[in-house]
Amino acid sequence: MSGFDLSGLKASFGGERVLGPLSLRVREGEKVALVGKSGAGKSTLIRLIHEQVGRNSSLVPQDLGLVNALPVFHNVFMGQLDKHSTWYNTLTLIRPFAADRAAVKDLMNKLGLAEKLWIPTASLSGGQRQRVAIARAIYRNENLLLADEPVSALDGPRAHQVMALLRDRFATSVIALHDVELALQYCNRIVGIQDGLVELDEPSDRLSSSDIMSLY
Amino acid sequence: MHSYPTVRASLIFVAVAVVGLLFADIAITASNPWRDLGNFFLGVVTPNFFSSEGLLTALLRTVAFAFVGVALGSFFGFLLALVYRLLPVRIFCAFIRAIHELFWALIFLQFFGFHPLTGVLAIAIPYSGIFAKVYSEILEEADPEPRRLLPPGTGMVAAFLYTRIPDCWEQLRTYTAYRLECGLRSSAILGFVGLPTLGFYLEASFSQGFYSDAGAMLILFYVLIATIPLWVRPKLLPVYILAAPFFLGEGLPIVWGNVERFFTEDIIPAPLRSGEGLAGMVPWLGDLMVNEALPGIWNTVLLTQIALVATGILALLAFPLISNHFGGPVRRTSGHVFLVIARSTPEYILAYILLQLWGPSMLPAVVALALHNGGIIGHLIGRQTNTLRLRPDAPTGFNRYTWELVPRVYRSFLAFLFYRWEIIMRETAILGILGIYTLGFYVDSAIQNIRFDRAMVLILITALLNIGVDALGRYIRRKLALQTMPTC
Repeated sequence: MSGFDLSGLKASFGGERVLGPLSLRVREGEKVALVGKSGAGKSTLIRLIHEQVGRNSSLVPQDLGLVNALPVFHNVFMGQLDKHSTWYNTLTLIRPFAADRAAVKDLMNKLGLAEKLWIPTASLSGGQRQRVAIARAIYRNENLLLADEPVSALDGPRAHQVMALLRDRFATSVIALHDVELALQYCNRIVGIQDGLVELDEPSDRLSSSDIMSLY
Repeated sequence: MHSYPTVRASLIFVAVAVVGLLFADIAITASNPWRDLGNFFLGVVTPNFFSSEGLLTALLRTVAFAFVGVALGSFFGFLLALVYRLLPVRIFCAFIRAIHELFWALIFLQFFGFHPLTGVLAIAIPYSGIFAKVYSEILEEADPEPRRLLPPGTGMVAAFLYTRIPDCWEQLRTYTAYRLECGLRSSAILGFVGLPTLGFYLEASFSQGFYSDAGAMLILFYVLIATIPLWVRPKLLPVYILAAPFFLGEGLPIVWGNVERFFTEDIIPAPLRSGEGLAGMVPWLGDLMVNEALPGIWNTVLLTQIALVATGILALLAFPLISNHFGGPVRRTSGHVFLVIARSTPEYILAYILLQLWGPSMLPAVVALALHNGGIIGHLIGRQTNTLRLRPDAPTGFNRYTWELVPRVYRSFLAFLFYRWEIIMRETAILGILGIYTLGFYVDSAIQNIRFDRAMVLILITALLNIGVDALGRYIRRKLALQTMPTC
C-alpha cells in the first residue's frame, strides 16, 4: 500500500499558522503535483507527510541533504542503508560490492551521470547534485515518492526525462512543482496550495495551465 | 575511498604508527597497577580539601603566574604581530614558541633561581611567540574594504584602530581567553620543576601516597577552569592583571653573579671553555649527537607518531559523546563532563599520574597525550556536528556515524589533528623529564649533571625538530587543502 489518508495536518512558525489544518487522501496510483506560490506551504506539507508516513517512502528534500565528501556512488547507495546490516554498510564505505556498483551504475546511466560515479558530490554542479538526490530516492525503491522541487535546477529536456523516470518508477507520488506545464504533463492530480490551505484539487485532465495560474 | 588524498594520508600515518609500535617500549611495569589506579580514584572521590593551607596558596599562585605570564605574552605578542610580515620576526617567534614552557623554566631556574621572574618569563616568552602568530593571522583576515574607503590621508594608527581592530575584536578576545585557560595549565605544571604552583603540591602529595590530597587539588583545578566564564569578566580583568604581580610570592632573591656566570661560562661548550678550541668541538658534538641527541630524537618522533594516531582514534570515538545526533541528554551530559576533564587536565599531569601508577614506559605518555588532545579535538568536532542539519530520512545509529557524520567532519578533523601535531611533539619532548627517553630526558639529565652547554644544544635541537614538524604539518594541510581556525 503506497497511498495514505492524513487529516489534521497543520504547522506553525513563530506562533503563526503557516499550514492547515487540512486533510489529504492519496490513493495508490495517484501522482499528485503540489502547486502554488513560494511560501504557500508546499515544502511544509511534504515534510509533514514524510513525518506521518515515516520511512516507507522515497524522499527528495529541497536542500538535497547530500554528503558532499562522499562520491556519487555512496550518496546513491545511502538510500538502502536501512536494508543492509551495519557491517555490510561499513565495508561498502571502504570498498563497494560488485552487485551494488552495477546497480547504481545502471541507474546513473539512465540519469546521464554514470561517468561521475566516483567523484565527490562537492565538485558537481547544482543540476548534477539534484540528479544524485533523485537517484538516491529511486534506489531506495519504495512505492511512494515525496519530492520537493526535484527538477528545479535541470534544463528543459533533462527535466522531462527525469520527470518521466519518476512517473514510471513510483506507483504513487507527491511532488511539489513550480512548473505548471510539468505538473500537468506528468501528474494525474493537481493540488493547489494557497496561504497554507488547499485551494484546488482536481484531476489534471480537467485543468489547463490558466486554471492553475489563478493561484499565483 | 582509497583514492581520496585525505584517506590515503590517514592510512600512511596509521601505518607509520603501527610500525612504530614494534619499536616502542609499551608496557605496564608496576607490580600492581590496578590497585594503585583504584587507590587513586578512591582518592579523587574522597578528596581532602583541608590537609594543609598550602593548597589554597598554590591555587592562588597558579592563577597569579597565569595572569602575569599571559598578560605579558599577549602584550608583546600583539606588538610582534604588527611586524610579523618581516622574516626575522617570524623566525624569532617560531623559535621562542618551539621551546616548551618547562624548558624555559629549566633555563631560567639556572640563573634566576626560584625567583617569580622564572615562572613569569617561562610562560610569557613562548606565549608571545604563539600570540604573535595567531594575532597576525586574525588581523590579516580582517575585511580590507573599510580601509580602502577611508578618506585619503587618514593616519596609519587611526586607520588601524577604526578598520582593523573592530572587525577582529571578537576573535582576538576569544583567542586570548582560550590562551588564559592554557596559561592556567602551563602555570600548574611549572610546579613540577619547583615553582610554588599546583604541580608542586600534586607531586608532593603523590610521592607520599596522599591520594585524597591529590584528588582535592585536581578537583579544585577543574572547578577553576570550568568556572572561567564566571570569574573572568571584562570589567574585572584590569583588577586581576594589576593585582596578580603581588600574589606571585617572594621566591628566592636573584643572585646576579649566577646570571653572569651562566652566560659567560656555563653555556659555553666545554671544549671552548677548557681552551681546546674548535678542534675539540668535533668529538664533543659527535659524542652529544650519538649518545644523547639521536636516541632522544628517535624516541621523540616515535612517541609523537604513535600518540598522534592514538589522539585521532580517540577523537573520532569520543565526538559522538557530545553530538546531539545521538542518544539522550543524560549520555550527552556525562560525555561533556568526560571531555572537559580530558582536555582540562594538562597532559603532563596525566602522564605523571599514569607513570606513578603503571611504571615507566611509553604507554603512560601515549595514553596521556591521546586523552588530552583527543578530548580537545573530539570536543571541537562534536560541536561542529551539532551545526549540521541532516535529512529527515537520514540513517540512525552506527550508519549515521559512518555515513553522515564522519565524512562531513573528516576534513576539519584532519586539520585539527595536523595543527596539534607540533603541540603533541612539544609535549612528547617535555615528558622526558618524567623519565621517558625522549629529548626532555636528556636535557634534564644534562642539567642534573650541571652540563648546561649540552642542555642548551639539546634544547636547540628540540626547537628545530618542532619547527620542522610545524612546517611539515602546514605543508600537508596545504596539500590536502585543509582549513583550520587557530583556536585549537
